[in-house]
Amino acid sequence: FYLTPPQVNSILKANEYSFKVPEFDGKNVSSVLGFDSNQLPANAPIEDRRSAATCLQTRGMLLGVFDGHAGCACAQAVSERLFYYIAVSLLPHETLLEIENAVESGRALLPILQWHKHPNDYFSKEASKLYFNSLRTYWQELIDLNSGETTDVREALINAFKRLDNDISLEAQVGDPNSFLNYLVLRVAFSGSTACVAHVDGVDLHVANTGDSRAMLGVQEEDGSWSAVNLSYDHNAQNEHEVERVKMEHPKSEEKSLVKQDRLLGLLMPFRAFGDVKFKWSIELQKRVVESGPDQLNDNEYTKFIPPNYYTPPYLTAEPEVIHHKLRPQDKFLVLATDGLWETMHRQDVARIVGEYLTGVHHQQPIAVGGYKVTLGQMHGLLTERRARISSVFEDQNAATHLIRHAVGNNEFGTVDHERLSKMLSLPEELARMYRDDITIIVVQFNSHVIGAYQNEE
Amino acid sequence: AAGMFLRLLSDIQWRAAHPKWRRMTGSQRSTSTTAEPHPLSLPAQAQVVICGGGIMGTSVAYHLSKMGFKDIVLLEQGRLAAGTTRFCAGIVSTARPVSIELKMAHYSNKLYQQLEQETGVQTGYMKTGSISLAQTQDRLISLKRIASSLNVMGIPCEIISPKKVSQLHPLINIHDLVGAMYVPEDALVSSANVSLALATAASRNGVQIHERTSVSHVTIQKGQVTGVETDRGRIQCEYFVNCAGQWAYELGHSGEEPVHIPVHACEHFYLLTHPLQEPLSSSLPTIVDPDGRIYIRNWQGGILSGGFEKNPKPLFTEGRNQLEIQNLQEDWDHFGPLLSALLRRMPGLEALQIMQLVNCPESFTPDMRCIMGESPTARGYFVLAGMNSAGISYGGGAGKYLAEWIVNGYPSENVWPLDLKRFGTLQSSRTFLRHRVMEVMPLMYDLKVPRWDFQTGRQLRTSPLYDRLDAQGARWMEKHGFERVKYFVPPGSDLLDLDHSKTFYKPDWFDIVGAEVKCCKEAVCVIDMSSFTKFEISSTGDQALENLQYLFSNDLDVPVGHVVHTGMLNEKGGYENDCSIARLSKRSFFMISPTDQQVHCWTWLKNRLPDDSNLVLEDVTWKYTALNLIGPRAVDVLSELSYAPMTAEHFPSLFCKEMSVGYANGIRVMSITHTGEPGFVLYIPIEYALHVYNEVMNMGQKYGIRNAGYYALRSLRIEKFFAFWGQDLDAFTTPMECGREFQVKLDKGMEFLGQEVLLEQKQNGVYKRFTMFILEDHDTDMDLWPWWGEPIFRNGRYVGKTTSSAYSYTLERHVCLGFVHHFDEQTGEELVVTTDFINQGEYEIDIAGQRFQAKAKLYPFSSLFAQRRRKDDVELSGYQRE
Repeated sequence: FYLTPPQVNSILKANEYSFKVPEFDGKNVSSVLGFDSNQLPANAPIEDRRSAATCLQTRGMLLGVFDGHAGCACAQAVSERLFYYIAVSLLPHETLLEIENAVESGRALLPILQWHKHPNDYFSKEASKLYFNSLRTYWQELIDLNSGETTDVREALINAFKRLDNDISLEAQVGDPNSFLNYLVLRVAFSGSTACVAHVDGVDLHVANTGDSRAMLGVQEEDGSWSAVNLSYDHNAQNEHEVERVKMEHPKSEEKSLVKQDRLLGLLMPFRAFGDVKFKWSIELQKRVVESGPDQLNDNEYTKFIPPNYYTPPYLTAEPEVIHHKLRPQDKFLVLATDGLWETMHRQDVARIVGEYLTGVHHQQPIAVGGYKVTLGQMHGLLTERRARISSVFEDQNAATHLIRHAVGNNEFGTVDHERLSKMLSLPEELARMYRDDITIIVVQFNSHVIGAYQNEE
Repeated sequence: AAGMFLRLLSDIQWRAAHPKWRRMTGSQRSTSTTAEPHPLSLPAQAQVVICGGGIMGTSVAYHLSKMGFKDIVLLEQGRLAAGTTRFCAGIVSTARPVSIELKMAHYSNKLYQQLEQETGVQTGYMKTGSISLAQTQDRLISLKRIASSLNVMGIPCEIISPKKVSQLHPLINIHDLVGAMYVPEDALVSSANVSLALATAASRNGVQIHERTSVSHVTIQKGQVTGVETDRGRIQCEYFVNCAGQWAYELGHSGEEPVHIPVHACEHFYLLTHPLQEPLSSSLPTIVDPDGRIYIRNWQGGILSGGFEKNPKPLFTEGRNQLEIQNLQEDWDHFGPLLSALLRRMPGLEALQIMQLVNCPESFTPDMRCIMGESPTARGYFVLAGMNSAGISYGGGAGKYLAEWIVNGYPSENVWPLDLKRFGTLQSSRTFLRHRVMEVMPLMYDLKVPRWDFQTGRQLRTSPLYDRLDAQGARWMEKHGFERVKYFVPPGSDLLDLDHSKTFYKPDWFDIVGAEVKCCKEAVCVIDMSSFTKFEISSTGDQALENLQYLFSNDLDVPVGHVVHTGMLNEKGGYENDCSIARLSKRSFFMISPTDQQVHCWTWLKNRLPDDSNLVLEDVTWKYTALNLIGPRAVDVLSELSYAPMTAEHFPSLFCKEMSVGYANGIRVMSITHTGEPGFVLYIPIEYALHVYNEVMNMGQKYGIRNAGYYALRSLRIEKFFAFWGQDLDAFTTPMECGREFQVKLDKGMEFLGQEVLLEQKQNGVYKRFTMFILEDHDTDMDLWPWWGEPIFRNGRYVGKTTSSAYSYTLERHVCLGFVHHFDEQTGEELVVTTDFINQGEYEIDIAGQRFQAKAKLYPFSSLFAQRRRKDDVELSGYQRE
């Protein structure tokens, strides 16, 4: 079975989405030029989710990737709800009041977010009322708590993450009279999701990360070359600090059973996540909820299964680590991606491939022989390699698509091999997951001119 | 090497009086251009001013001065031979598909060979020979066709096996070759030095050469060159020659009255290497690998290799001028595919060290042929430019022809294919040129099969019926910017790739055109022929008739409503044009001539008609749509549409009448079809075109009418032995030589152009004779098809070439038209060709090296003419054009 290049392209491009920040009066005053995003499923259906939105009541743009496990319900819920929690956490007291008054008196609500969605990125209509009520409870508490201080982005992000995870847990415990919704909230709580979210406001870039997705900054050095700066830490067994943290939070007696085969309790790869109440609730709570829950839940072996060595829950948290970075003119782009990308590509290669893509082929340094000793054969090899690189760039109008093409199709020389690409994309559903994971990528491009101007003001 | 050339040139001091190259150190180098300590001041006047000191300018100066012109000034904005000429790869190659270009290259080769001896300037001339490789059978066929024409010109040339190739050139990988063409006398030169040698000789003959002198514009008064303005003053002159290479376009446009010279530059890359470990011999043949798009020559022990890539880089579209070609950027990525081709051809060169990638712009023309001749708008303004990267091969010959043109009023060979007047203003659009040259440059090495068409710069001039015809399956070709139908693909035909399946054998439109021809013979077809050039000449008195009687060889003093076929002859009796002229009234005439005559014929008439406000010449080409109704039922269709009797008694052949067709009035109907078939051409004012076409098609339905194209027309005219101007007829062919004495009225009671020569020929006979050949043992399905330019052999001896050919669906044979000469067996001297000479020979036509028996005929088959005609019914004996 062989896919032609157009067939390969149609698969790769099926989920691509691009957004350009609109220009006002001929000028884009945002530090973000726009973003490209794309997803390539390996699971059927895909368990990754992505979100992007502009905050309308505060400044800034939110972008996030969410890697679900044990189903996609949790990732779906987080992708719909998290940005509202963040936006609300960032709102000043007066705006919160205004919104609450509007709801109270049935007036039109101030819009909080402008979403930038691919047609395939859906929102659950059935749950919107339930979700809204939880969110409203959250802002009412924020209004009551009125600290009077200006909102710190770091804190807002942490609060939003924790609050949403808490709501997910609570909704599952309380249940819902509507049986569809009741099943939904349980599926959300029993599945899990990582989250890697960036908030960009002017030169302030915050990345809040929970789990093993990753944010990476692409930096162009003075000589034109590209380097990668991590803006998140993976929460998994490879991260010593994470292993330390988990061990600190539990008695020494559990030390051996906490992390087995690089997994939390020998089961879970990410060490932090939304949902996954099986790693958060007490055994009793789990049993009660499952037993009183719908039959589908009872029939599910996974939900009934209690992790081994489960003594001192919770073992898992949704609390993010937040990294703040002041953008500089040399910071050209940010890549947010689920581990499906990072498993196959080194961040340095990601930086180079996206950097070369965004700056365009014409920026490829022309070759000049000058006084060097170059043979025809050497030159030929060099040109062939450059051509391969260029031709793969030309096929894509989307940096995320371009990255996926490399992630899936790269041969040992780091160039896209069509045959390999074709093979990987034509794998039957049941085999695909064995060769690759879901990949979700957002590439945010920064506006160096605006960032430079910010810098000069300061 | 560019650096090397540059150094070489800057070390040379131009010394007019003592043309010996003296090395001088930098500090002593003066900017003066002559031996005198101070720059020689420009003369106030000269007979000829040549602009451009490259190979073209110096060659024109050389030849003009040899032909006795003394008062010549050559101006060069930078230094001699510092433009494209300096960077030129220096390959002199005679293997050219166009006959006139082949002749120019052959002459250049002979000239350069003796130039060093003549001038004492080292030209680096080395007879290396050249080998053109074929990777495919089709390529080999095209090489064999060229080999045939080289051989009959006496230029040694042979088709060789791949094995022989490796014997001639040890580095070549031959495993993908099917054969090659070897031209042992092709040569290499240093092009800059050839140019300097020509300048030296010219200078000795009195030509004044001024470097660092820019022409700002040429002054023209009353359509005549009066002088040039330069940055060092004005020179009055009678003739100006624009040899400005890639700046020719801009220079042409610099004056108040623009002279349109359609050339456009593209970047051209070639590679220079260090010597091989065992340096390559300087006598190693040059390799041309057109399928790999590259050429390779030996160069200072290493190689020089360039090519014509698929994706050329046009430049200077916006006309950015510069003094001398600065070293443009090397672009290795762009050169990559050519480098791959080079290493595939010579894998042993992998370890060879690169010296430089040279970027040298070359100028290209819209039809891949160079441009020479006199401007149609400014007398005395001559042009020689647009060499399509073959400047060094053409330089000698082109300079000679242009010099002859200036001195004698016409060159010694037919140069119409290169004449500036084949273009009009329409080819002078910057966008058009940019797009077209991007197609032309790769075409240099593309396989050129019969009937290829340009794909860019199309749909410029169209008939109002274009969309209607296109929707009915029309396939188009272009002539002088005008879209014309080749044939109509029937609905439901699955020949989707019709335009792409090009072949030297039977083409896939064979049956389609056959059906159109059959319909012309049995029912009626309509062909849109709007592209024809149409002039009206009228006067208040008898001036129109009097002048036309002098300019045309037939008698135009015919009753109103008659159509006359006549040649427009030059002083030597040759056809400058071939037209049909209808007498609309006593004092006005309507003249139809070939599409590409629009500029040439206009200029010819304008230059010869008296300056009389009562005599008006008007180009009405754009005003009329022409529909040709061909076939026995045309008469029925037309009479039903006009309620007028159209039978021969009421509307005889060669008759013209304005009448109504459908609702439309004022349609000029002429009883000619240009094919020898019965029918009419309708000249329709354009706003009625759609109406008349619809009416004709509706009414024609019951008579079996269908659309047809030029391929059907062509088959019909060739089987009836109708000659076509520009293909069969040219300025070197007289009516006597093509059996058209009946179109000449030697006794019309007044003198006309060419009369003397015709009288002389009538008395003493002609030296060539237009002949029709029917191929006898040619298998239409299996054998290569004739095209044109195939050598004709009589009793085994070469006697001439074909000029056109077509398959006759009626005769079920191929018909070739061509000229037979009579060369003396001993001396080669041309003898009179008699009817007996033609009739008493056994003929063969050589198609790509294979000879086919042919039957020669001097008169067409009368059985092919549907109607019996009156004795003086002239259309029978051959008037035609396309």
